[in-house]
Parts: sequence; structure tokens; C-alpha cells
Amino acid sequence: MSDLTKLTLSTARDALHKKDISAAELTEAHLCAIDDAKELNAYIEVTADKAIVMAADADKMINAGNAQGMTGIPIGIKDLYCTKGVHSQSSSHILDGFKPEYESTVTSNLWADGAVMLGKTNQDEFAMGSSNENSHYGPVKNPWRADKENGDLSNQNTVPGGSSGGSASAVAADTSIAATGTDTGGSIRQPASFTGLVGLKPTYGRCSRWGMIAFASSLDQAGPLTKTVRDAAIMMESMAGYDPKDSTSTNTPVPNYEAALTGDIRGFKVGVPREYRVDGMPSGIETLWSQGIDWLKDAGAEIVDISLPHTKYALPTYYIVAPAECSSNLARYDGVKYGLRVNGDSLDDMYKKTRAAGFGDEVKRRILIGTYVLSAGYYDAYYLKAQRVRTLIANDFKLAYEKCDVILTPTAPSAAFNLGEKVSDPLSMYLNDVFTVPASLAGLPGISVPAGLNSQGLPLGLQLIGQAFGEEQLLAVADVLESAAGFKAKPKKWWGDKS
Amino acid sequence: MSKLYPGATGDWEAVIGLEVHAQVISESKLFSGSATAFGAEPNTQVSFVCSAQPGMLPVINQECVRQAVRTGLAMGCQINLRSVFDRKNYFYADLPQGYQISQFKDPIVGEGIVNIELEDGSNKDIGVERLHLEQDAGKSMHDQHPTMTYVDLNRSGVALMEIVSKPEMSTPEEAAEYFKKIRSLVRYAGTCDGNMDEGSMRADVNVSVRRPGEELGTRTETKNVNSIRYVMQVVESEIRRQIDVIEDGGTINQETRLFEVATGTTRTMRSKEEAHDYRYFPDPDLLPLEFSQEFVDELAKDMPELSDAKKKRFISDLHITPYNAGVLVAEKESADYFEALLSATVEKSGNPTSELGTLVSNWVTGDLFGALNKLGIGITSSPVSITHAAELLSLQIDGTISGRIAKEVFENMIESGKSPEIIVEEKGLKQVSDTGAIEAMIDEILATNVDKVEEYRGGKNKLFGFFVGQVMQKTQGKANPQVVNQLLRPKLDG
Repeated sequence: MSDLTKLTLSTARDALHKKDISAAELTEAHLCAIDDAKELNAYIEVTADKAIVMAADADKMINAGNAQGMTGIPIGIKDLYCTKGVHSQSSSHILDGFKPEYESTVTSNLWADGAVMLGKTNQDEFAMGSSNENSHYGPVKNPWRADKENGDLSNQNTVPGGSSGGSASAVAADTSIAATGTDTGGSIRQPASFTGLVGLKPTYGRCSRWGMIAFASSLDQAGPLTKTVRDAAIMMESMAGYDPKDSTSTNTPVPNYEAALTGDIRGFKVGVPREYRVDGMPSGIETLWSQGIDWLKDAGAEIVDISLPHTKYALPTYYIVAPAECSSNLARYDGVKYGLRVNGDSLDDMYKKTRAAGFGDEVKRRILIGTYVLSAGYYDAYYLKAQRVRTLIANDFKLAYEKCDVILTPTAPSAAFNLGEKVSDPLSMYLNDVFTVPASLAGLPGISVPAGLNSQGLPLGLQLIGQAFGEEQLLAVADVLESAAGFKAKPKKWWGDKS
Repeated sequence: MSKLYPGATGDWEAVIGLEVHAQVISESKLFSGSATAFGAEPNTQVSFVCSAQPGMLPVINQECVRQAVRTGLAMGCQINLRSVFDRKNYFYADLPQGYQISQFKDPIVGEGIVNIELEDGSNKDIGVERLHLEQDAGKSMHDQHPTMTYVDLNRSGVALMEIVSKPEMSTPEEAAEYFKKIRSLVRYAGTCDGNMDEGSMRADVNVSVRRPGEELGTRTETKNVNSIRYVMQVVESEIRRQIDVIEDGGTINQETRLFEVATGTTRTMRSKEEAHDYRYFPDPDLLPLEFSQEFVDELAKDMPELSDAKKKRFISDLHITPYNAGVLVAEKESADYFEALLSATVEKSGNPTSELGTLVSNWVTGDLFGALNKLGIGITSSPVSITHAAELLSLQIDGTISGRIAKEVFENMIESGKSPEIIVEEKGLKQVSDTGAIEAMIDEILATNVDKVEEYRGGKNKLFGFFVGQVMQKTQGKANPQVVNQLLRPKLDG
């Protein structure tokens, strides 16, 4: 049974289609694994009953010859996706008890293809964080632990990254075959890098945001966290699509992404931006990046030096734009309509008490920053300037893509760090996003591919950034990079039943 | 030359600007599919979007865009092919999103001019600064529970047009005429029903005073004024109050005020210090609103005739007096009734339009409006249908009944609702035009009044009326007066 949890999405799909296995037993195996891995705290709610019913329906679909790529695949859903009648609280206390009357477009797409929901995965509150330590439901643990010098595992827990840390941990620990994440400034790609997974953030507008609890509307995008690039291609195809209910979604057909994985990238031009060589980056990451360049060169790609001159402004720009939008997006959580209410002597008093109790520190910090940068007298100096810099950053990429097809960079400036290590230092926490934020600001697709382990045995990812709606090319290169890296490592099991 | 207001220390002049909020006529709300009908049970017209459920997104209602463009065209404004929706952030229980989606820097409609007519017959152009689209908030009800406030979200998300004037009015009358004119324009354009009782239209009134020719004074803004009379009262009382404050050595605070119907005056609602910082920024859930000039041209082609053009046409083509034309076009429904009646009368009587304008307009503004006033009802609830009215006027035109009898028949129509032809038939009110019968009658009258005939022939011309009267009396007013005249004169002149 436990072998079933080791399957990748594509191998599970093939086995399901051939009826070598059933969706019911695949789902059962993962529900057992979830039960065994409770201490990871990856799931906030397990929807076992629902999963069993959905798996039975998937088996019927397969038997009726209507199987799709995702049919019968058990997956975790990040809490911020609204799932009808199921806990959807964006890991925030302020949404206590909120169960929506509607289903997000992305999850609706997945269910229509026959995917099976295992449960809702933990995350940073309202997707604000890079370590999944900002959850009302407690931090998520990374299944990966550093090696001690003698080769034993350290007892020290590491973070899975964030904000989609629950989804990353769930997949890395084989408690789901894949999971949905969302990426605003790196929230899919950075956790993928920290947990040895593939994480794809598509082009802004590729997936509908309808029914995703908003953090920063101009940046939020849905995407998959999977075990392989092929898995990401299959799941992406199911999630993506135009949605008239989201004015920012784009009406272009969704290609067959898996068909783009030809293994042939000869003649592709891969850009390497000099500005991504930052001071203090661990040498392991530097080395891995050089290796990545060599791998792609060996596969027949042409390596091009490029410049993205405004890169250093990306992080400050992001930390103005995203908080500004969140300060407005989170205004609806006021205790009036749903979720938590702490009564007060007046309307204002009720607001204050509800929000004081309902929002965590990081969320409060960003609401304050966002409110400040939008205030009269500061708007021009902060928000407006940030928007202008954002245009310059997007322009950097446009110019770069005159010389190359995709861009190769590290995903994050470090491997997974220890739980608690950075909680009291928000600035160093924000630096985690330094390589992922520029593509987010430009609305471009990015993918993190596991490429190696650092000296402590923790996974490291490399990031590929594609052109707008260039997911096919991006996946093709990622597929080649994945093969060349040959990353097969799995975390050594320290949780649950160790037999 | 604007009007001067005398104070204890000299003359003052007033500067007035209006922000008119007009609810867009549309089936559904500005960014959601919820219905917009007035008077529904609380919270029955609320979608996931307009109750700000997590993860919900706004999608622009194209009909509201068309309505805003039509309104802009009606006011002769520039239409902006690209505009942007912004978020106006503030917290209140009946504002579920915590922000109102509005347009701040780039509105859909830019500058224009509307012309108002004042009581003395003079005209004045008032500049329109802009028109933008925005969402309405819900309604807080503070009187349903001793300690709680109830919130009704039916209005939440309903589309409003905010029409901002330039500060170019200087008297209460000008403000009232401008407000009336905007109401007339949106009603003619079919973009707002102008129903102030139901809250479809209201104005924020900005007033300041200054010494003639000097810099603008500090203004106050009185919110949510929902009748033309109240607008005049607000302006009057604010001018008076501000002059008094300044002349007593005080200063005017830039503040938001509320109108109190009971006293006809305003009071402070919140001061500048308490004013919200709305933190406007472009709504990232919505792309900029863009459309082509062709889209605007298409709408312009289908625009209905507006009051000014209609008035001109009534005067030049139908030869109606400017006064009558003004009365008729003041309300779209009156003009519609008049035009429908005119064409029905043309059809019924066979007479050309150009000859009937005066008769029909006199009848509508005189007889009909008089009767409706007495009944205290509007033209849309007139008990006399177009068909019956056209029948009545045609009976008069073809000589079947006289003008006097027509009035009698009309009264009967209002009471009975019967067709005038039936009334005339039943009551035998047909005018007698039979020359033989009338001639015989005249001969009889002349024979029995020989003395009067002699007096007439002796030079007492005024007696002609006496003989006409005699004929009318004999026919109970049904004799055709023209025929009587024609026959009587040669016989008398003998």
C-alpha cells in the first residue's frame, strides 16, 4: 500500500488509466499517510469522507472511459482556495468558521477533471510569509532535516518555506501526490525549492483568481506543487483557463503542456542575469547555478549573458505594492459579515477588538505598511513610485527576451532554514523572495526545479523564468534541467511510523 | 454679474457647486449580477460579490458603462475612451468590501456644459467638471433594535453616476435650476429615473462666500440633499450662516454638514480633522475601462431627443408659444404625452401637424394639466387616454362640437372614463350645422323680436350678439356659431 504514495502524478495517472490501480486505493493510501504525518501539521483539515466519495466517482469516470489527466489523483488544496462547505480560512483566525457557499474556479476545474480532494493545507496567514510560521494553526514542518556531521539526522526542524508551506510539506512527505499553491512573490517556487519539489507559477492571468482569498490582487496566481515537471504540466493544464468572472484572467486557449516536454531544447537561448549574483549567497547555490548552466549548455541550449538592471529595486517595490493591495483587500474582514467577531461598545470598538484578535503579527505589519504607503502625502513617494519601478522591471524582462527565450536563476538565496530562526527578523525573512519577486512583478511565469542538495543534505532549487504565456517553452527547459540534475533524493522519514 | 448678498459690513457673493448622485437605470448592479429593483425585502438582492465574500471579484456591467456614456452625451461632455476604477477605502458596516469602487483620477466622462433657464427668462451656462461611475453602499438601519444596527445590502454595489459641476452657480435659484436640468437630462436620456423619494437622485451641495471679485472662500459640503426645494434651502441657509459667522469675526471650517428638514438649516456632520483619508488607488481586480470611438458614436446615434432640442422644435416646427413649449418639455412624460396626442389627433382629424400644434398644446397645458392638478396626479396616471383625448379634439376640429361643449365633454370623460364620441351621442351634444334648420330658427327669432331688429337696423350693432344668443339658447348651445354668424348677418342687414 505505502508504495502507492511514492507514485508521481504521471505514473499514477498511467496506472489508473490502465486500471492497474484504483482511485479508491490510491486515495486510501494517501489518507493513511496523512494520518501518519500529523506532526508535520501540513493539513488543517482532512476531508476523508469527501475524498472517498470523489475517488469512487473518479473510478466510475475511468471505467466509463472518460479519464482525464487528473482523474483519480488525490491532491491537497491550499486553505485559501474557497471550497464549498469546507474550511476555507486562509489560515487566519479572523475567518474562523468560514465555509464558503461556492467553489473557486481553479478547484472547480480540477474536480471537473476528476481530481480527489484530500484536505486543506496549512499556509502562512493570508499567504503572507516565507516560512509557514505565520499560521493561526501553527507552523508547518519540513519533512527535510539537515544531516548532522556524523550522517544522522538532526532533531532540528526546518521550515518548508511559504506561504504554500503546507502544500509543499504534504507533497514532499508523500501525503498527497500533488497540491495547489498560490504564488504572490514566490509562495510556490520558494517552498518547492525548500522541499525538493517542482513549483510552477504561471503567467498572471493564466488561472482564474475567482474564489481564491486575495492577498495582493495584481500578483496572486494559482499554480501546482508537484514531484516532477511532467506532473506540473499535467496539473497546470487542468487548473488553467479563461474565466469571465475574473476580469484579469486572459482569454487564450490552454495548450497541451505535457506535449511540450520533448526533451529537445537545442537552439534555445537561456539567459543568465548578472544581477542575480548577490553578496553573501551560499557557495552551494552559486555552484549549483553554474552546474545548471552547464547542464542546459550540454543539452544544446545557447547560454546568453543578460542584464536585468532594476533587479535590486524589485524587493522594495514588492513590499510596497503587495502590502498596499492587502491593506485594502483585507478591509472586508471586519467582524460584520462572517468569521470572527469580538463584540465592542461601538462599531469602531468592535472593529478594533475583532482585528486585534483576528489578525496575526505579520498580517498586521503589512496592513500598516500598506495603509501608510497609500496615505495622503505618501502615495506619490511610495505607491506611485513603486508602480513606475514595476514598469521598469517588466521592461527589463522585455528587453532581455529580445536576446533569450528563458532565464535561469537560483530560486532562493538559501536552503530551508531552521524553524524559529527568522521569526523575529522580518527583513531577513523578506529577503527569501529576492529571486522570485521580479518575475511576479512582471507577471511572468516561473518554475522551481529541484537540482541538488546542499552540504547539509537539504534540497536546493533552480528557477527558470519564462515569457508571458510561454509556459510550454518554460516546461520544456525545466524538463531537461530536471533530467540533467537527476534529483532523486527523498527526505529521511523521522515522523510517524518509522518502520 | 452674480447676485450680491448684503451683510452688516458690505456685500458678499456666493459660489456654489453641486455633486449630483444619480442611480443608473440597469437590471443589475455595477459589478455583479444582483437585481436592483427598489423596495425589495432587505438582503434579498445580494450576491457573493456585493456582500464581499472572500475571493469574490468584480466584473463590470457593460450596460452601466453605456448609461454613463449616454449621460455624458446628454450633457455635451467629453467621453473618455479610457478610464480607471479606483478603490476608495473607508470602514463602515454597510460597506462590505471596506472600500467603494469608484473613479478618481480618470473618470469615464470629462468636461461639458449644461444650459439653465432662470425665472426672468435669462439663460446661463453651468460647467460640468466630470461624471464618474461608482458603487453605492448598503443601508444601515439604526431603529430596528435598541442596541444593534441592522444592515441591508440590497443597495450595496448598485451603480451610481456622480456628476460634478464646476463652482459656477451663485444663487439658490441657479442651484435649483441646475439640479432640475440634470434631472431632466438623465430622465430624457433614460439613464436615471430621477426619483428622489426612492433615493435614485441626491445632491451634495458645496457653498462658500466671498467679497465680490476676491479669492474663493472656504467651502462647506452638505451631504445627501434629496429635493430641489431642499437644495435651495441649503444654499440659502449656508450663505446666510457663513456671512454671519465671518462678519462676527469667525472663520468657516472646511467640513461636511447635514441638512435638517425640520429647521431648513444645516449642522456639522464631521470636520476636516475627522475627514477620511480614502487612500485611493487603482483597483487591481479591474483592468482600465477602454472602448472605441465607434462604441460612443453608436450610442450617440441612438440618443433620444433631449429637452432643449425638443423645445426648439416645438416652437419652430409646431408654432407653439415658448411658454407652452417650456411647460411641455419640463417633464419627459408631458412632452411624450403631447407628441403622442398630437400625432393621434392628426391621424383622427386629417388636419396637418403644423395647424394642430397650438390647439393641442393649449389643451394639454390648460385643460388637461388643470384637471390633473385638481386631482393631484401626474400625467402618467391621467384618466384620459391619448385615444379619447384625440377623439375629443377631433370632434372640436371638425365642428361636431363647439369649444364650450368640448370642455363639458372633457369633464364628463374624467368622471365616466367614457369615449367622447359616446358622450356626445348619448347626451345629444352634436353641434347643429344644418343651414336649413338654423335659417328657419333665425327667421322665427327675427319675427318674434321685430322691435330689436328695428333697433339693430337703426345702428345698434351691439344687438348682433343678442340674436346669436337667442339661436344658441334655442339649440342648447349646439348651433355652429360660424354658421349662425354667416346666416344671421345678411338677414339682419336685410
